[in-house]
Amino acid sequence: MPLTLHPNITDPDGFYQELLDAHEGKTKADSDALNARLILILANHIGDRAVLRDALEAAK
Amino acid sequence: MVAARYQTAVTLYPYQKVADQAASTPARHPVVIIGGGPVGLALALDLGQRGTPALVLDDHEGPGLGSKAICFAKRTLDIATRLGAGAAMVEKGVVWSLGKVFHGDGKVFEFDLLPEDGHRNPAFINLQQPYFETFLFDAIRRAQAGGAPIEVRGGNRVTDVRPAEDQVGLTVDTPDGPYAVEADWVIACDGARSPTRDMLGLSFDGRVFEDSFLIADVKMQAPFPTERWFWFDPPFKGAGQSALLHKQPDDIWRIDFQLGWDIDREEELKPQRICARVDEMLSAQTGEVPEYALEWTSIYTFQCRRMQAFRHGRVLFAGDSAHQVSPFGARGANSGVQDAENLAWKLDLMCNGLAEDALLDTYAEEREYAADENILNSTRSTDFMTPKSEISQVFRNAVLELAARAPFARPLVNSGRLSVPCVYDGLTLFGEDHLDGPPATRPGTPAVDCKLGQTFLLERLHPGFTLLAIDADTPEQIEAGGLLARRLELSAQTNPLLAERYLGNAPSAVYLIRPDQHIVARWPTFDHEAVKRASHIAIGKAAPCP
Ligand SMILES: Cc1cc2nc3c(=O)[nH]c(=O)nc-3n(C[C@H](O)[C@H](O)[C@H](O)COP(=O)(O)OP(=O)(O)OC[C@H]3O[C@@H](n4cnc5c(N)ncnc54)[C@H](O)[C@@H]3O)c2cc1C
Repeated sequence: MPLTLHPNITDPDGFYQELLDAHEGKTKADSDALNARLILILANHIGDRAVLRDALEAAK
Repeated sequence: MVAARYQTAVTLYPYQKVADQAASTPARHPVVIIGGGPVGLALALDLGQRGTPALVLDDHEGPGLGSKAICFAKRTLDIATRLGAGAAMVEKGVVWSLGKVFHGDGKVFEFDLLPEDGHRNPAFINLQQPYFETFLFDAIRRAQAGGAPIEVRGGNRVTDVRPAEDQVGLTVDTPDGPYAVEADWVIACDGARSPTRDMLGLSFDGRVFEDSFLIADVKMQAPFPTERWFWFDPPFKGAGQSALLHKQPDDIWRIDFQLGWDIDREEELKPQRICARVDEMLSAQTGEVPEYALEWTSIYTFQCRRMQAFRHGRVLFAGDSAHQVSPFGARGANSGVQDAENLAWKLDLMCNGLAEDALLDTYAEEREYAADENILNSTRSTDFMTPKSEISQVFRNAVLELAARAPFARPLVNSGRLSVPCVYDGLTLFGEDHLDGPPATRPGTPAVDCKLGQTFLLERLHPGFTLLAIDADTPEQIEAGGLLARRLELSAQTNPLLAERYLGNAPSAVYLIRPDQHIVARWPTFDHEAVKRASHIAIGKAAPCP
């Protein structure tokens, strides 16, 4: 499945809030670490190298 | 005079005066190998066993003392087995499979490298380099006794190399003064500081890692587990960014501390300072310090670099002289021995007039490709172990934290990717893949071992080219373009492992395999024209017109 850049998350506002809540009260260093873990977990879930490469490109 | 540059561990090839030294015109040798390290010795043995005379010139009389290579990988052991030195290595070496990875105070995970079925040799062994060289030399002695034309001259230092159109002139210094020889081919196996490279004015470019490693070999009799322990950010005082503990034969343990770039070498090498670190490391798991003694300590810095071209006319470079890697993954000696095996059969064909000059270019093509792969792997390991930026540190630590609780992150942890042989996908000498077979035995791969009753596939392959016929009809041998391939006939009907590794879903298969055991091409059944075509390709000749 190719990388989708179209809306794909149900309840986008709810997700966004959960993302911010996860960082609530953290220092910059802890937040950076959390983000890094999150990226790794999501990347593994996707797995497909082509999709990951497209995502890296799209994020630049 | 030949002054020693280092202490030797054992005397193997003491200096002896030879007739060449008194010759009025320089004696001519087909192949002169400069340097009798692991690579030069393996090359000489391989050539000599094929019947091509090999003269090794080394400026010492045996392997150097002290901590160098300890980890020898399966492909190296397979090569050594073919050369008659493998069994002694495996018998003396330490085979291990359990490892633990730590991050700071905590254990991240443990692994068990369960061996795969049906291979003669283990994935790797730990063995001190002087033993490795001694076992190769023992095999050379046995081969010499059987008539193999190999000569190793210790105390012979090459001081000048003069390449010409039709030969290479060499000046050799000895305790009895200098003499000259000539060679058809010169193979520089003279190590990372290669004087030959300097004499030819060739460069050696790459990346220096700004890091120092303290290496301590420690002798201890304590019943300590035979496991590989690796720490990222070790908790011991001043232990640097990583630390490694690994067992060798003779109750010796290799300990590495990654100390960083800005260090006071003299201070760090003080025994009491080293012992303080070692005490903390050894007691980290058991709570007590076992009795031990320091055997050998030194500080190294590492680089990843290679020569732009491994072939310069009649002078070819192999081993550390051609490429250097950081030691994570044990890719130094292991890849150098593969250089030697790649070059041996090609030189042998050349010296016997059976191949054209272009065949030697493919040595460079294949081994430069392999060197790039090794450099890539060891650079990646180094980047994981020594993050180069703040964000790479953040990701590195995230991987380590996750690895403790989620299996997916463990393959991302990189404390060295152990040397595996290079697959020559798509390079000049490899032919067609007409079998819908397993990827692990596609053209370009080194043949995978497999148990065959009481023997193993790799040792059944012929010294020259092999036409492997599995449940297929082929002639006993086939000659094409100067290449002779002899048949090895097998059946997979009662050998599911052979079927899994060489047939996949196909009912039969025919493989053309090189003398270095790499697979050239494969087909479902014997097709004379196709095999002839592949045979030409395999030795760098133009295929005949159909
Ligand atoms: C700390 C450390 C750990 C390592 N661990 C591993 C490991 O676990 N696994 C692994 O595979 N590799 C490892 N290596 C790398 C390995 O030691 C080298 O890759 C290997 O020694 C290279 O072999 P070589 O034959 O190319 O060169 P060398 O072993 O350097 O041999 C070169 C020879 O040439 C001789 N010579 C030099 N100049 C002349 C001259 N002018 N005339 C005549 N002779 C000459 C030298 O005396 C020497 O005998 C390690 C290295 C270090 C430093």
